Amino acid sequence: MELHTINHLRELEAESIFVIREVAAQFENPVMLFSGGKDSIVMFFLARKAFFPAKVPFPLMHIDTGHNFEETISYRDDLAEKTGTKMIVKYVQDSIDNGRAVEEKGVNASRNVLQTVTLLDAIEEMKFDCAMGGGRRDEEKARAKERFFSHRDEFGQWDPKNQRPELWNLFNGKKHIGEHFRVFPISNWTEMDVWQYILMENIPMPSLYFTHEREVFCRDGVWLATAPFMQLKPGEKAEVKRIRCRTIGDITCTGVALSEANTLEEIIQEVAASRVTERGGRADDKRSEAAMEDRKKEGYF
Amino acid sequence: MIDNKIAGLSGKEIGYLDMELLRFTTAGSVDDGKSTLIGRLLYDSKAIFEDQMEAIERASISRGGEEVNLALLTDGLRAEREQGITIDVAYRYFATPKRKFIIADTPGHIQYTRNMVTGASTANAAVILIDARNGVIEQTRRHAYIAALLQIPHVVVCVNKMDLVEFSQEVFEAIKKDFTEVAHKLGNNDVNFIPISAKLGDNVVDPSQHMDWYIGPTFIGLMETIPVGGDHNFSDPRFPVQYVIRPQSDQYHDYRGYAGRVAGGIFRVGQEVVALPGGQKTTIEGIDLGEQTLPIAFPPQSVTLRLAHEIDISRGSMIVDAVNQPVQGQEIDLMVCWLNSKPLQHRGKYLLKHTSNEMKCVVTEVAYKVNINTLEEIHDDTTIGLNEIAKISIKTTRPIFYDSYKKNRETGSLILIDEGTNNVVGAGMIL
Repeated sequence: MELHTINHLRELEAESIFVIREVAAQFENPVMLFSGGKDSIVMFFLARKAFFPAKVPFPLMHIDTGHNFEETISYRDDLAEKTGTKMIVKYVQDSIDNGRAVEEKGVNASRNVLQTVTLLDAIEEMKFDCAMGGGRRDEEKARAKERFFSHRDEFGQWDPKNQRPELWNLFNGKKHIGEHFRVFPISNWTEMDVWQYILMENIPMPSLYFTHEREVFCRDGVWLATAPFMQLKPGEKAEVKRIRCRTIGDITCTGVALSEANTLEEIIQEVAASRVTERGGRADDKRSEAAMEDRKKEGYF
Repeated sequence: MIDNKIAGLSGKEIGYLDMELLRFTTAGSVDDGKSTLIGRLLYDSKAIFEDQMEAIERASISRGGEEVNLALLTDGLRAEREQGITIDVAYRYFATPKRKFIIADTPGHIQYTRNMVTGASTANAAVILIDARNGVIEQTRRHAYIAALLQIPHVVVCVNKMDLVEFSQEVFEAIKKDFTEVAHKLGNNDVNFIPISAKLGDNVVDPSQHMDWYIGPTFIGLMETIPVGGDHNFSDPRFPVQYVIRPQSDQYHDYRGYAGRVAGGIFRVGQEVVALPGGQKTTIEGIDLGEQTLPIAFPPQSVTLRLAHEIDISRGSMIVDAVNQPVQGQEIDLMVCWLNSKPLQHRGKYLLKHTSNEMKCVVTEVAYKVNINTLEEIHDDTTIGLNEIAKISIKTTRPIFYDSYKKNRETGSLILIDEGTNNVVGAGMIL
């Protein structure tokens, strides 16, 4: 018998393309969430591949906390323009202004949790029946149990103890009115797979992922970038270091890594040698042992 | 957007081009050392990071444990940690220089069958743990049965806790003989045996210093070399159409492509094919993957096929070889694993999903259910409840195009959905 194999990156690619096409086929009004981070960038390039030469048949949506790295916003706008993709931007600031969300107080204040309000409001307002996200199962242990097609009730909540079985490649997007799905096309990718794929496909990345000089300070062992809305505690000192981002999220809770990695190959070598997970620098996960599960149940990404 | 900085090393130099993907499922109960084995694999292959290890150490100590409890690594949900049990299938990832591995770790007790069937449905290999002190027990037979039912291509039996039987070759050989008999009866594929001590690390990643009599590979050595290339069907070309791509742009005015994932066989440019239903003949004009064009497509690739003639094809259609075609029919016999606490309704109507097809069906007969412990057929009680396995017949509203599950796991599998709750209630394997 004639046998053929593809490498692990091509197999992951094939799986993700299959899932993204299922979304386009099974849902009436899907949207793809875009954060400007490497996972959502890879997910978007997979979507382009899935439908080429047609355009991606759904819009992208960014839930903007207003606390961004500048580079993220310019990358986002550039990407939408160059690929002719519709980019919806919803602002956490609007949710705060209209009283739907309340700003956290104190030095560790973050708008990370508030994004859920803005996201659920946008899904309801724009009648999206499916929101694709770049979540990966290897990121965090609550995510390790997430389905590709993850059902959300009419309040946008996730019931992790009562998930629908998911077998073979048969994905069930059936739902009642008012409910929606979260779909995670790159569930089975690891941080390493994502970087290797970016290299293999030469996907353009925001400069934040490569080494650069930035004013940073150290809090609880994690390096954070300074920003006008960040308050330094007594004893914390802003200094300029050579750093790069391992993840890109809200600036208030995205730890940066001291790094000299200047090429994709050097990043891959750094990831291979790393002894701390990429979310090790995420202050949002450190709030409690079940911080991610609690946020996800409420409707977080 | 900025341009990437690439040093220009080849894929080989940074070591990724030659990696294959292997998915395996682990079955075992709390006591036979499954979590210890997984923990050791993750730790020895450096897939557990320092911050995760610290978190586990913190949690183990706060729960009063003396040893580091690696189950805390996979038991991610609050309820699981509070009750000290595993509720759902957890997916874990690690890689060696040769392969990337995806583990579907299934709990040993609650909803055991449902979870193992879920994990097994996409697995290349089933890892079955046996406590060397207990040998082949009821649970082992249950695991072997599900591996055979789901046609997992490879079975790896780890005889664990060899340190507690003084690393005895006799004990290992006796268990091997017992399991071989079971596997022979059930029809398990490619069965391998390894004596290990997950706790001490013997034959997991490094060869054992205590079992000179064993000359086979270590666990990881075996997992790195099991041939996975033949796990898909390469002989019967099947292409369920997922989505029709019509750009309707100036540049691609006449482009019409059929998107899907190859479910079996090899498709080539120029090959004569047939589109079902309908049965119109045509040839493959081109195979696209993004901006690339390919000469052939095979499982598990996701591609887009262009055909020489414009024929009526939409989601749910299947493009197949003109000569080698699947079975078409409405009356289907299958083995079903029931996944819901509401029992199967005799004469009940369900929504059925099979490849990219979706339709209603009615249960016309329940032939028997299987006693999963003794593996006997039960004919006088046909109430099929949660975690039970039965042979049933269904009738679909339209013909479906299928192969037996034994021949093709993609075109031979289906799920049943309850129309009231939208929940997946049955997993079916066509006979």
